Amino acid sequence: MTIVRHELRQGKNALLIWTGAIVFLLVVCVFFFPEMKGEMDAAGELFAGLGGFTAAFGMDRLNFGTFTGFYAIECGNVLGLGGAFFAALVGVTALSREEGAGTAEFLLTHPVSRTRVLAEKLAAVLLEIGAMNLVILAASLLSIAAIGEEIREILLLHLAYFLLQLELAGICFGISAFLRRGGTGIGLGLAAMLYFLNLIANMTESAAFLKYVTPFGYCDGADIVDNGALDAAPVAAGMVLALAGIAAAFGRYCRKDIH
Amino acid sequence: MDAIESKHLTKYYGKIRGVEDVSLTVEQGAFFGFIGPNGAGKSTTIRTLLGLIGPTAGEARVLGLDIRRDREKLLARTGYLPSEAAFWPGMRVRDVLRLSADLRRKDCRKTAGELCDRLQLDASRKVEELSLGNRKKAAIVCALQHDPELLILDEPTSGLDPLMQREFFDILRERNRAGTTVFLSSHILPEVQHNCTRAAILRSGRVVACGSVEELSRTGAKRIALRGRAPLDALEGVRDLRVTAEEASFLYSGEMAPLLSALAAGDVRDLSISDPDLDEIFLHYYAEGGAQG
Repeated sequence: MTIVRHELRQGKNALLIWTGAIVFLLVVCVFFFPEMKGEMDAAGELFAGLGGFTAAFGMDRLNFGTFTGFYAIECGNVLGLGGAFFAALVGVTALSREEGAGTAEFLLTHPVSRTRVLAEKLAAVLLEIGAMNLVILAASLLSIAAIGEEIREILLLHLAYFLLQLELAGICFGISAFLRRGGTGIGLGLAAMLYFLNLIANMTESAAFLKYVTPFGYCDGADIVDNGALDAAPVAAGMVLALAGIAAAFGRYCRKDIH
Repeated sequence: MDAIESKHLTKYYGKIRGVEDVSLTVEQGAFFGFIGPNGAGKSTTIRTLLGLIGPTAGEARVLGLDIRRDREKLLARTGYLPSEAAFWPGMRVRDVLRLSADLRRKDCRKTAGELCDRLQLDASRKVEELSLGNRKKAAIVCALQHDPELLILDEPTSGLDPLMQREFFDILRERNRAGTTVFLSSHILPEVQHNCTRAAILRSGRVVACGSVEELSRTGAKRIALRGRAPLDALEGVRDLRVTAEEASFLYSGEMAPLLSALAAGDVRDLSISDPDLDEIFLHYYAEGGAQG
């Protein structure tokens, strides 16, 4: 547990800042809803007339005037993007950061196996993502209660984003084992690319298959609200990818030369 | 059992040579010097012994344990001082020492406190505020605080002022007398000559000489310094010749008789013949290797 504790201490500031920023944006948006509600009908029509962009954010199928619709779209952007960035970041820097800074040498000249270093680092990544999601969910539920609204699908929506973050973190953890330093750009780039793939998939029929490529596909608020459930196949595929990333990390890192 | 025993240890980074065919034996309780210029492969050898990098060929045992199979066991009994110590920013020296001790599942506070006192290291400082020398001291305490049986030190004195170097070597000698094996990698020859009993010289990834420091210094070559003039041109085995109007100095590894007749033929007013110091030996091995290579 020594390494887990050490990792959590090292990542504390980043976790606080990212969680704080996401909670802040989410809560601000929720509190804006009552004020916007009256004007929503007009806004809804405006948004509905934006063609491709309306579809990109699922606003052709969700009613922006209802709280559920509003939250599913807003949540999708704030929590989806923010959470994805954070998960990609902690995953991709978990191992590479140590090598770039030379601290891997410190860790690995102590009597700890590489498997243990990896397992504890992975545990720390998962704990950070878990803690962030719990805090965000709590803040979200409290602020929704404060404005007197409710959403039946809220747990499902948050679960979807949690799974998305796990998938990204697992893949990025795998990438991290192959890097010698940094990796921030790769992590953020990957998260952003997957996000835009989903927007494209929503906009054009011919690119709809992209929904199964990107984890944002199974986080689509409109689908979740429509179906009242997550789409099991892409979720399962995503989890397999995450596990493959983790397996790759173990396979690579246990044999890697540390300079 | 030897503290370190490597057989034909070879490491290539792709096509680039790290070390080649390094066979070394370091007896338990030795104070062993590992000498070579930058890039000779000293760090590569050490990193291979510690399992940070995997050898391309060959094998090695540290404290009788295989470097691949028993990595954690041998690391538990070894202290390592890297040439460039890196720590996590934001941590205090105390936290780093504690982390190192926790990773070893040992309570090292007493020894750590003593070492910090002797090295005048303030454990409440943040590591990123430390000077190069103080960072080195923190790394020294990390390497020593758990009383390891074997100490592997990679260029340990860089950044330490002369007083601290003296204190550091005092500590090392005390530990060595108490039974700790010390493996000291360095390119600073007097350091090795003053402290080590045995040494190996590494050149371009290969061990070119290995033996007691005394033996290594006794290569048959002599340092000749004379005041006056002597006809040296015809002599075989003269190297590193420096001549001024009044003096001449050179390393001589030829027969004694021609040297004596050359000196007798000249006008020599003062003469000293001495064993060369390790610095000169070092140059000797390097010059020779260079000629072969």
